[in-house]
Amino acid sequence: MATSTLASKATTDRTARDTSGPVGQGRRIGSHVVLVILAVYFVVPLWWLAVASTKTNSGLFAGDALWFGSDFALWDNVTGLFTHQGGIYWTWFRNSFVYAVAGGVGATVLSVLAGYGLAKYRFRGRSVFFALLLGSVMVPMTALVIPTFVLLSGMGLLNTMWAVILPSLLSPVGVYLVRVYAQDAVPEEVLDAGRVDGAGELRLFFQVVLPLLRPAIVTVLLLTTVATWNNFFLPLAVLRDPNLLPVTVGIYNWQALSNAGAGGEQVWNLIVTGSFLSVVPLVAAFLSLQKYWQGGLSLGSVR
Amino acid sequence: MSLSKSAAAPAAARPTSKIASRRQRWGYVYVAPFAAVFTVFLVLPLGYALWMSLHNKGIATAGRSVFVGADNYVKAFTDPVFLEGLWRVLRFVLVMVPVQIVVALVAALLLDTLATRLSRATRLLIFVPYAIPAVIGALMWGFLYSPRFGPAQDVFGLLGLTAPNFLSSANIFGSLVNIVTWQWVGYYMIIIYAALRSIDPSVYEAAVLDGADGRQIALRIKVPMISSSMVMIVVFALIGTLQFFTEPQVLRSSAQGAIPSDYTPNMYAFATAFNYSQFNYASTLAFALGFLVFVGSYVFLFLTRKQSGLK
Repeated sequence: MATSTLASKATTDRTARDTSGPVGQGRRIGSHVVLVILAVYFVVPLWWLAVASTKTNSGLFAGDALWFGSDFALWDNVTGLFTHQGGIYWTWFRNSFVYAVAGGVGATVLSVLAGYGLAKYRFRGRSVFFALLLGSVMVPMTALVIPTFVLLSGMGLLNTMWAVILPSLLSPVGVYLVRVYAQDAVPEEVLDAGRVDGAGELRLFFQVVLPLLRPAIVTVLLLTTVATWNNFFLPLAVLRDPNLLPVTVGIYNWQALSNAGAGGEQVWNLIVTGSFLSVVPLVAAFLSLQKYWQGGLSLGSVR
Repeated sequence: MSLSKSAAAPAAARPTSKIASRRQRWGYVYVAPFAAVFTVFLVLPLGYALWMSLHNKGIATAGRSVFVGADNYVKAFTDPVFLEGLWRVLRFVLVMVPVQIVVALVAALLLDTLATRLSRATRLLIFVPYAIPAVIGALMWGFLYSPRFGPAQDVFGLLGLTAPNFLSSANIFGSLVNIVTWQWVGYYMIIIYAALRSIDPSVYEAAVLDGADGRQIALRIKVPMISSSMVMIVVFALIGTLQFFTEPQVLRSSAQGAIPSDYTPNMYAFATAFNYSQFNYASTLAFALGFLVFVGSYVFLFLTRKQSGLK
């Protein structure tokens, strides 16, 4: 309201500070200019990716990098992804999907159970476990990759899908978020009332607790799915079979080959189009699920 | 379960009957699946890394693991490659973390004072890179930096300048800072923005009456009130930067020669394990790095315990 009245003032001295509101007219224009610059900075690389995915392999080197070329080759490139190396790109795409869903859903289930258990039950060893959990948030996950590789090799799980999925189930941050959220979102009185009515602990969990935890569940699901979809170090280390790679490692390999190799191995158009297609699902998910994550991602900052 | 134990836990002042105390054991059922994964994929690898770092195995030991005490650690902390990598990620921390925090804070403060359609769209656009995998982000910037593909020459040409080679040894540091900033500012911005939104606006009214302008309100009132979120973000950025791996690893093949395979401690550990099959020494490097990250973030949290509210 205050902003619209300010905006309706036709002329305002740029240097004068409007003390009736926190934002003056000149400052408002300045703020918008800064915002536009920021928006351009964050969008231009993605714009480039979208435009470049419509170009042929040679078209990428010619003409204006930030505008469409003479040929619109997006469909040719997509077809190319189906034929190059027997369409292995789509195998990678499917693998990424499997890893993200299995890792994301699995990690969320474990986090919700553990977070709720830590928040609402006072069992022996609870404080020790919670302290361990808090400490583990500060353990860099990449420090675990090399010993995990050796362990998985001992279990005979190396070079299987399990090698990526099982370690992805670990999300200390997820447990922490649910535990913090459940503390206040699930009142003791509601649980006690349910118990008086004769509901068992499991029935309470499914019928009373889960609906109350929904915002935390969506947030943890989003965080863990993104983390698994984006994972690179772990699959790079534990997978050798090209047919098991997620799209991130697969495209990385194509790029390394194209940079090192000559003529026929250079598939820049496929790398660019493959990269573009691989970011579409998550970007679409984020744009369509706005109202869930915008509140949810800040859970960790609310004590 | 003893009464004194449960009384020590917060909010456990309720009367505890025998049935109630038996019910508390359900906690084990809920925590057990996570505890199993936690043990197998966190405690066990850490313990195993420690064990491996204290042993050596190779041709010299006839393929058997031999206890060598702290030898590997002495080797690591006198290894110029490891030390140089540590120093490099430390410099990344000193540059990258403040840059990201400042950009995210400025964006969030601007977005907090504006409620226009443009500001809503901007908020979304700044956040989108978070949904892009780091590999794809680094790859994309690799193209944009490239003198062969990139628009840099066109853009600089407009101003009558020659574009610098972003992928040269001299410029690669800044180029990497830019990639990570692009990728993560949106996430930090959203956290700060949400914290700002949770401040009761009546707090500002008194300040406005006293004649405070937007900048004073931002710096004197808003920033101190969101200090716990700021501390959390710095810890995230700190931990992420010290384990720097994906971006330099991906950019390596585009920036011919500018990024050696041991550019960061994590890349060095990876190369030691998978190019040279020295798993004992690689575990030492990984464990040493993990330990330093842990201690670093712990010390930071300790120093800022007043701001973060963690005591």
